[in-house]
Amino acid sequence: MIDSETKDLNNEIETLREDCLRPTRRWSTITILWVTFLVLVAGWGLGVYIYQLRHGLGVTAMRNYVSWGLYISTFVFFIGISHSGTLVSAILRITKQEWRRPITRSAELLTFVSLLFGGIMPIIDLGRPDRILNLVVHGRIQSPLIWDVICIMTYFTGSTVFLFLPMIPDLALCRDRLTDTKSLFGKFKKWLYTTLAMGWHGSSEQWHMLEKCMKIMTIIIIPIAVSVHTVVSYIFAMTLRAGWDSTVFGPYFVAGALYSGSAGVILGMAAFRKLYHLEKYITPRHFNLMGQIVLALTLIYAYLNLNEYWIPAYKMATTEGALLGDLFWGPYSKVFWVLQFGTVLLPIFVMSLPVGRKILPLSITCIIIVIGAWVKRYIIVVPTLLHPFMPIQEVPADWATYFPNWVEWSVTMACLAGIFLVITLFSKLFPMMAVWEVAEGIELDRDKKNAFELRKKREDGLLKNEGVATSKI
Amino acid sequence: MFENEKNSRLKFLKLSLVLGGTVAAGSLGFKRLLTKEEALKDAPICGGAYGANTMVFTTDGKVYKADPSKLHEVKMPPVSNDEARKGIPGKKFVMVIDLAKCDGCKKCTEACQAMHYTESEREWIKVFKMKGSKDTAPYYFPKPCFHCDNPPCTKVCPVNATFKRQDGIVLIDNERCIGCRSCMVACPYSTRFFNWSHPEQTPEVANAVYSPEQSYPRRMGTVEKCDFCPDMLRQGKMPACVTGCPMDVIYMGDQNEDAVTNGSGVTVKLSQLLEDNAAYRHLEELGTDPRVYYLPPKNRKYPTPSLNEKSGEGIEKKIKMDDMKM
Ligand code: SF4
Ligand code: SF4
Ligand code: SF4
Repeated sequence: MIDSETKDLNNEIETLREDCLRPTRRWSTITILWVTFLVLVAGWGLGVYIYQLRHGLGVTAMRNYVSWGLYISTFVFFIGISHSGTLVSAILRITKQEWRRPITRSAELLTFVSLLFGGIMPIIDLGRPDRILNLVVHGRIQSPLIWDVICIMTYFTGSTVFLFLPMIPDLALCRDRLTDTKSLFGKFKKWLYTTLAMGWHGSSEQWHMLEKCMKIMTIIIIPIAVSVHTVVSYIFAMTLRAGWDSTVFGPYFVAGALYSGSAGVILGMAAFRKLYHLEKYITPRHFNLMGQIVLALTLIYAYLNLNEYWIPAYKMATTEGALLGDLFWGPYSKVFWVLQFGTVLLPIFVMSLPVGRKILPLSITCIIIVIGAWVKRYIIVVPTLLHPFMPIQEVPADWATYFPNWVEWSVTMACLAGIFLVITLFSKLFPMMAVWEVAEGIELDRDKKNAFELRKKREDGLLKNEGVATSKI
Repeated sequence: MFENEKNSRLKFLKLSLVLGGTVAAGSLGFKRLLTKEEALKDAPICGGAYGANTMVFTTDGKVYKADPSKLHEVKMPPVSNDEARKGIPGKKFVMVIDLAKCDGCKKCTEACQAMHYTESEREWIKVFKMKGSKDTAPYYFPKPCFHCDNPPCTKVCPVNATFKRQDGIVLIDNERCIGCRSCMVACPYSTRFFNWSHPEQTPEVANAVYSPEQSYPRRMGTVEKCDFCPDMLRQGKMPACVTGCPMDVIYMGDQNEDAVTNGSGVTVKLSQLLEDNAAYRHLEELGTDPRVYYLPPKNRKYPTPSLNEKSGEGIEKKIKMDDMKM
């Protein structure tokens, strides 16, 4: 009987492995078209960026009043999206949530990629990227921008390690099961897997090491993650500007990042589940639980949002009042209220209903949340810059308004395409679920079931014994 | 892409041969606008013309032969870059602007733009039309950089490209600036301007040797702002806006000496001036500690500014978006 059970278990794990490796074995036409499309968008953006380099940031719509625009808003947005993956995965690991197993990989990947491109955005925004090394040569620790550089680089390194560590056993699996070793691409893959697997052969010593490293990383990554979005908010909050001069900005940005980032994780789950047929592993239960997490985060975010606007709105101080006027009933009011109701309150309502946490409605809600978070960054950055303390008088018309132009859209969309491209290529090279972790989950499940049955048997036996004993007395 | 700068550097290193006479002129208090003719006239002092070539001194003391027609005249900065970061020893510069006398003619802006070769919409000193609220009096408000003692702009600079000197002046080193624009968003007084594109400058200006004290040649992708004309102050002269103002509105001086001087050369006691006129600083509540004081627009000596034009209609801080589109 035990034998048949072991066989079952082996079969199950075998299917799992094949399910996870399948996407890495074959490129469908759709994938090829999709990748071509992304490469084109990214290539176009790269060309436009070179044009911007040659002629200066003057080719964008930014001018002396709105000197930060779409690039910096997108920077904050990307960093926000990156925030959640690793953090959610770390928190779920630390709290030993069994259901995390199939979703950690995609969450961690999302962090890695959006951090990569989030980090590029401010460089794109620099007037003199050729002098970037001045940050090292002349860096001043008092500057919030340097805090950003330090925290983002630390988080990037940390989350890369955090993504990579649990991949090692899977990389070894890829290496051992590589079917096509003839073609050039096959040879490349073989080289890639062999190098990255770093001689993993699954000895108990190696497992022990891996577990230890994972434990350490899980703990240190959490404060790093929190620090990142806090200091991102500081590049705004450390100024005296109306709308940015706020003590709640740190937690506000962290909450905003978590809420949009977790929504991003759900979207990733939904996409991979569908595209790579992982329905068996990523189940409605996962969506329900992640939905509850996003709901909780949205509530926190809504609360901070209320503080952020209600407190100054009660006072309506001069410049801040003018800014709020623009947001509440001025030129930005439509966007502002759509954001507040459509992307915060509506999701709360939808996600608090069990039916709202089903896969389709939840995915749609998450798309709304993610887009809303992006627009919200823009609404935080731009209107404030149009409300300086000195009046805007007698300046060229284009200084006093802002809407991103084709250059900024092209470059930003190229970065977005870059994110999708890296994710797609990654998923075509590596399993999108942590195979061994899911396998471990299956084993644990089985153990639990066995233990349960054993206990039941024992309890039955005990009862019988007791029965005997009582009758004896 | 950025060759402009490299060229000018190279020119300085290799070819920016400071003509012999410059050395002599330098020791005489040194005007930086030395014409080529003047320089060549002086050249024989150190060796003389030799055929088609002339002998020239370089800054490191070497002598070269060169064809005079190939030589570029180079505007030399008053002091080295390191020196420009320290400031003028013993000074604490301060400005006083008498709002009662300003009639909004913008001559200060024009003088400033001429001195710094600035394009017309970039007003380092900008004359605002101010009106606190519906029922308060309108007045003109010239606003340079305040050279704040607690400057929000220098605090945020990641590379120390903008800095506060011991003489109170806040400057920018556009050879170090990475163009992140943190300082622009941090300045609460909209004082800073960015070189969004390749600056348009005459070859003469473009080939000048850069110093933070004179703020040119401009470079794409870097910031600039009012610098209190430290190159003039170093020579004991007044900034362009002070001498350019026909109404003697602007006073400039040294707080350590407790004296400020206006465009007509009248020197008054700073503390007395501030005391007698109940001077104030703009947006004091922000805590930036400006080095520019304002005397209130009391007993104005000019017709009240009309705020009927569309752009000026918006009372301070209440300008509507539509108005600004003009
Ligand atoms: S006015 Fe603005 S630019 Fe000038 S020192 Fe103050 S904060 Fe800096
Ligand atoms: S734009 Fe230049 S001067 Fe201003 S903060 Fe950035 S590096 Fe410093
Ligand atoms: S030149 Fe003098 S009077 Fe004219 S605007 Fe400037 S400060 Fe006022």
